[in-house]
Amino acid sequence: MEIILFVIAGALSLAGGVGVVAARKLVHSALSLLLVLGSLAVLYLTLAAEFVAVLQIILYAGAIVVLFLFVIMLVLPRVSARLASSDAGSLRPIAFVFGGALAAILAFGALRGMRQMTPQALPAGFGSVESIGRSLFTEFVLPFQIASLLLLIGIITAVVLGKAPSRS
Amino acid sequence: MSAVPLQAYVILSAVLFSIGVAGVLLRRTALILFMSIELMLNAVNLAFVTFARMHGNLSGQLIVFFVLVVAAVEVVVGLALIVGIFRSRETVDIDAVDALRG
Repeated sequence: MEIILFVIAGALSLAGGVGVVAARKLVHSALSLLLVLGSLAVLYLTLAAEFVAVLQIILYAGAIVVLFLFVIMLVLPRVSARLASSDAGSLRPIAFVFGGALAAILAFGALRGMRQMTPQALPAGFGSVESIGRSLFTEFVLPFQIASLLLLIGIITAVVLGKAPSRS
Repeated sequence: MSAVPLQAYVILSAVLFSIGVAGVLLRRTALILFMSIELMLNAVNLAFVTFARMHGNLSGQLIVFFVLVVAAVEVVVGLALIVGIFRSRETVDIDAVDALRG
């Protein structure tokens, strides 16, 4: 059961990843990103990370991809004709070699480092909202506060940068 | 309980990360660069969640929470910048934005 889920979700996420990079149209890239995010949420569920999976759907699929789509909608009509020619053609072989080498090195390192590891038994309620919340408000309370400050900075930046330029 | 070896998740994460890196190198459209960066962030998140599962330690999932927050802010600021650049220069091609070139 789990292995079927892993194979399907993993294949979908890889297909989506290739789609993000290779799609000719911006909208197709954004929707491929959505595919990646959705299948990763499924993988999170199989890894006992329920809260993270829900956050992934709400925050990434619900907010970030929609934001991307809005910006594409604003920008698209006037740039789509020029997109096809905006690839870094000269970098293509380097990108393939470097990307392949990076994947090989990372996978090799991970396999080597994790050779003798076996999954630990999980305490009850691992990854639930309650356990995450408890940890968030005790152990991680300072990063949590800083995160709220960061969100405030993000809001202010969006307002300042997104404001229509004044006519004067 | 877990039929899938957790190493498989980490390898998937490595491959996704590399696809994101290749995307940053291959494409010159600012929006697609951003999506590739999101792809890399997600690959790292997958690795964090896998390690949290592996060690039975919740910290990995908490870090994913903070990565999500930072990613959200990053996307908001980045997209606002892209829209601003688009307003003044009518392009989203990052090679066209070279006013600081020496």
